[in-house]
Amino acid sequence: MKVLVPVKRVVDYNIKPRVAADGSGVETQGVKMSMNPFDEIALEEALRLREKGQADEVVAVTIGAQVAQDVLRTAMAMGADRAILIQTDAEVEPRAVSSLLKAVVEKEQPGLVSMGKQAIDDDMNATGQMLAARLGWPQGTFASKVEIADGRVEVAREVDGGTETVSLSLPAVITADLRLNEPRYASLPNIMKARKKPLETIEAGSLGVDLTPHLKIVSVAEPPERKAGVIVETVEELVEKLKTEAKVI
Amino acid sequence: MTQPQSDNTAIEREEMAFDVVIVGGGPAGLTAAIRLKQENPDLSVCLLEKGSEVGAHIVSGAVLEPTTLAELFPDWKERGAPLDTPVSSEKLLFLTRKAALPVPALHLLMPQMDNRGNYVISLGAFCRWLGEQAEALGVEIYPGFAGADLFIENGRVCGIITGDMGVNRKGEEKPDYMPGMILRASQTILAEGARGSLSKKAMNTFDLRKGADPQTFGLGIKEVWEIPAEKHRPGFVQHSFGWPLDTHTYGGAFLYHFGKNLVSYGFITALDYRNPWLSPFEEMQRTKQHPAFREHFEGGRRIIYGARAISEGGVQSLPHPVFPGGVLTGDCAGFLNMPKIKGIHTSMKSGIIAAEAVMDAIQNEQAEASSYMDRLKSSWLWKELHAARNIRPAFSHWGMLGGALYSGIDSMIFRGQAPWTLRHRHADNETMIPAEKAPKISYPKADGTLTFNRAESVFLSNLSHDEDQPVHLKVQDMATWKEVNLTRFAAPESRYCPAGVYETSETDELVINAQNCVHCKSCDIKDPDQNITWCTPEGSSGPNYPSGM
Repeated sequence: MKVLVPVKRVVDYNIKPRVAADGSGVETQGVKMSMNPFDEIALEEALRLREKGQADEVVAVTIGAQVAQDVLRTAMAMGADRAILIQTDAEVEPRAVSSLLKAVVEKEQPGLVSMGKQAIDDDMNATGQMLAARLGWPQGTFASKVEIADGRVEVAREVDGGTETVSLSLPAVITADLRLNEPRYASLPNIMKARKKPLETIEAGSLGVDLTPHLKIVSVAEPPERKAGVIVETVEELVEKLKTEAKVI
Repeated sequence: MTQPQSDNTAIEREEMAFDVVIVGGGPAGLTAAIRLKQENPDLSVCLLEKGSEVGAHIVSGAVLEPTTLAELFPDWKERGAPLDTPVSSEKLLFLTRKAALPVPALHLLMPQMDNRGNYVISLGAFCRWLGEQAEALGVEIYPGFAGADLFIENGRVCGIITGDMGVNRKGEEKPDYMPGMILRASQTILAEGARGSLSKKAMNTFDLRKGADPQTFGLGIKEVWEIPAEKHRPGFVQHSFGWPLDTHTYGGAFLYHFGKNLVSYGFITALDYRNPWLSPFEEMQRTKQHPAFREHFEGGRRIIYGARAISEGGVQSLPHPVFPGGVLTGDCAGFLNMPKIKGIHTSMKSGIIAAEAVMDAIQNEQAEASSYMDRLKSSWLWKELHAARNIRPAFSHWGMLGGALYSGIDSMIFRGQAPWTLRHRHADNETMIPAEKAPKISYPKADGTLTFNRAESVFLSNLSHDEDQPVHLKVQDMATWKEVNLTRFAAPESRYCPAGVYETSETDELVINAQNCVHCKSCDIKDPDQNITWCTPEGSSGPNYPSGM
């Protein structure tokens, strides 16, 4: 079975995002970019399936400009066998992304798509669901455990009340949650080897997908700064302040 | 000299071999790598960078004198080097509490401060560009891997050992444990920056500091601000001395307008300061309140914060830069020109010269790149450092006013050719007077708009540090800390550390917040009993400075 792992290049999770001075969006110029952490988890799960003998090939795919190759090299350094760059300089939304991924799925015919539940930049949490819908495949979202047996995949999902387990026929789409696994480090020799692994580039335009954005960003603003706290003397004063100032009770 | 040995030989490690391994992706290391590949494309050159990417750990003012860049790439403009802001005007101010007196006829009185023809740059952006040039030439750059130890065989450095990954706080292996590798090399170039940990080990192991004056350092703390476009004056350069430092303390502030509405502001405090109550961080903060600085920040917002040490000692403090199997370059050797307040062009030059010497050694199958010293001595780099040599120590000997007077005489009358050399007498850890004999300094409280506290500041360094790893700031003996640091000097590390790593608990214990460390190495330098050792944490740990830094 082949596993396809879509990965996204985002502002590194260690970076405190800064809204550009003109309020147009988050500053990405000269900022460290990395693979979306949830995608790393999805990739790790795919690699573990391969190591258990349940998958025989792991293919990473990303959509973006030429520079987005770096996350594919990281994916291959972690262990993906090969990678595909869907090249476009356009800003793409989940709607277009899921269509592009559908085209890749039709070409690659994977038995499983393992992807992050959401990207930490736009927090859409939509692409996996849209892809499953477009393909007409079952989906296991927010996966915290994945087991493959007898041609089906069992996915434990983190839901409000606890864990829900679903059993899906294959092929299927799963989206990884934080506690699914802990991704491995890319070792130096593997980083070196990854430079020689095959990386295919496909022009996004050649896939016949409409990339026109359908969302309009009205404004981007930083969250309000937290005000300094006050120390209250008595419980009465606390209750009073909660009622009159914070207005939460 | 003790028999050189690696502590790390017991563990089974994977190995890889290169012609040259370079430790550090700053201007010295990248320049050396580029020159090696320019001269001999067949050499295999591996460069390690402990930051998560090239540039992630780079902090500098910075005003760049483009001389060495032009030697390395005569076509640097066509190649798109990020030198976008030529210096347009400059001032050197002597500050009193309220006033600022510009030094008149600056270029005449202090020719080393003449910045005409230079550029205000982000060294982080510049190093990222150098990294791209190096990779295009075939240099293999591995960010996220620290050079944790020298790999020594039969008394010769034969490469380095990268840091282990996946070790928990107690030193036990985690499920994702990955032992560090041995990277073998015919020659190893250390380019770690000021007070590099492998450089320190090389100096101790091979006795490289014999006959040299002690190195003396400065702690540079820097902020980048974004200001309203109408107030931005691209290429404006301002330096200051005097207030708020006492007359025994060498240092001052810099402020440069550059890039797209950016202002680079920083403060350097010489680490041979005497008063243990001094806080370089607070000196930096309160200088912003001076009228000569304050106006530049109005309406702006602070976007980046960071710190590093610089080597100020000059040519007297240079160690012998060659050891069996390798060389020292850049600021870990100490090639910075302090009176000029510049170390980039000198670091790069040392990188070029080191590359040439290393190629010689490889070609002639010599363990030591013995031509390095001769090549250095016949270069403009040596002449420049030699001419500048007396100015920094004059300030230690005669204080701020005496030092300033002397530096005028040295530059104007002797033009750097005085028939004497002033020595550095003390290492920075030896200079503090006991806390009870020193005047306490009361610093103003941060206002949250112009001035800030440490916690708010390190937040802007984009730190990454897995807390479940061994503490990389190793205190040898807590009893010594209590007796010396706490009792005699009132815990100076809590003040000189610009990142709030060190705190004293209510029960008088030392608390180490290693995850706050911005890798400036000041504790390794200034700790009075040399009881604190800075080691490399897990690769990719530390700040993630964006490219405006």
